[in-house]
Amino acid sequence: MVQMKDVFKTYENGTKALKGVNIDIKDGEFAFLVGPSGSGKSTVIKLITGEIAATDGKVEVNGFDLNSMKFSQMPKLRRSLGVIFQDFRLIEDKTVFENVAFAMRVVGATNKEIKKRVPYVLELVGLERSVKCYPRELSGGEQQRAAVARALVNNPRMIIADEPTGNLDPARSLELMMLLEKINELGTTMLVVTHEKELVNRFSKRVIAIDGGRIISDGMDGYYSYET
Amino acid sequence: MRRNNFGYYIKEGTSSIFRHGFMSVASICIIVACLIIMGSFALLALNVRSIISTLESENQILAYVDDAVSESDARALQSAIERLPNVQSAHFISKDTAFQSFKDQYEDKEFLEDMESSVLRHRFIVYVDDIAQMQETQEALRGIQGIAKVTAHLKIAQGFITVRNVVSAVSIVLVLVLLVISLFIMSNTIKLTTFERREEIAIMKMVGATSSFIRWPFVVEGMILGFLGAVIAYLIQWGLYQVIADKLVGNTGLSFLRVLPFSYAAVPMCVVFLVIGLGVGVIGSSTAIRNYLKV
Repeated sequence: MVQMKDVFKTYENGTKALKGVNIDIKDGEFAFLVGPSGSGKSTVIKLITGEIAATDGKVEVNGFDLNSMKFSQMPKLRRSLGVIFQDFRLIEDKTVFENVAFAMRVVGATNKEIKKRVPYVLELVGLERSVKCYPRELSGGEQQRAAVARALVNNPRMIIADEPTGNLDPARSLELMMLLEKINELGTTMLVVTHEKELVNRFSKRVIAIDGGRIISDGMDGYYSYET
Repeated sequence: MRRNNFGYYIKEGTSSIFRHGFMSVASICIIVACLIIMGSFALLALNVRSIISTLESENQILAYVDDAVSESDARALQSAIERLPNVQSAHFISKDTAFQSFKDQYEDKEFLEDMESSVLRHRFIVYVDDIAQMQETQEALRGIQGIAKVTAHLKIAQGFITVRNVVSAVSIVLVLVLLVISLFIMSNTIKLTTFERREEIAIMKMVGATSSFIRWPFVVEGMILGFLGAVIAYLIQWGLYQVIADKLVGNTGLSFLRVLPFSYAAVPMCVVFLVIGLGVGVIGSSTAIRNYLKV
């Protein structure tokens, strides 16, 4: 769940990234956040993950009030989120299994829990045969699926995918989006940031369009008409 | 610290040492070099202090008893002298004993034959606890009824005090400077490894790792490097000291230099090396990683 109310963000260099943004994403929803480069998409993501704080306005994520939250609470917020990046961000000297297990280790899971959960998640994303591979031995699509498995492994309430298809070809992109849709159907809230119009328009989902730091449209028709 | 994470911290900390082999060797070398320089100065200071305290103990005050006082009365002054502050002990020497030892100093005793012991005075050799207070003690001795004259080598005493103070000050300053240098280098070494791993740290943060979970493997790494540095430095220091001590005493004929055996400083030095090694490792790694944990 994400609730942003009249959120402003001005960076230290004076850039006004957000100028009064209102976003409300309910539990279990699937939403695309679309907009051109520099529109404020990344700022929205960083506010949700707690990387930066809002200059003004209210931000609430999965029940955590980010305006009044202590820094020591940050790990708890992040454990309720799964994040997928455009550049995958896998650790190069760890195998696929270790990369996913690592996310569980971080939250204090036991070896027994890890051995049970990781193969299940890797099977869900279709990587059961690549458990012992290193990231460099995988294709882009497979690396992104490993990143999805890592985001998913701690059973987060919400997954945020920041340009997840940016480094993938159209076929792999579609495959990945279908995987994210499947995960959403299992109950996880999904926020996908992208500027790939065709891909967005293939799915009938909610589309939130942002430009110049303002929300310019928010519709359930799944249509992305804004020109980038 | 969760118990099931303990193994992970040790494993990560150890494997990082091997993954960044060159940097690890560099850190250990720096710690070894700093500890050996520190240790050498500490040992030098210890030896200087020991030599000076030996010389100090030989530095005495002579208190001559008035001619008019009989031997038995003179002997009775001993307790009054020993009650004075800073007096370690007082040793009575009668006229006869003093005369005898005077004669013993000369092989040709003929010119002394006509002399009598009565030309000399009864005296006390007074040993002090602290030669820095020698002058005060001298004054106090003069104040005792029956003591006619007091002699003390104040200038020599002052010289000893100066040497002792200089050696102590130089050692303390040097040890502190080297401590700061090793902390700085250790911190920078670990900073480099954390810089290489900043992406990994960012991922850890993003999946909800607590700061302590991220910090511990680096602290373990610092501890292991510090420990290895301390052990290697200790062994080298030991060998080096033995070689130098043997050479000094054995070959150069400087036998008056009573070099302390290494065993005298072995245990405290081992403890200090370990504490400094581990301390530098832990503090160095904690400060190095601090900036990466603020996100």
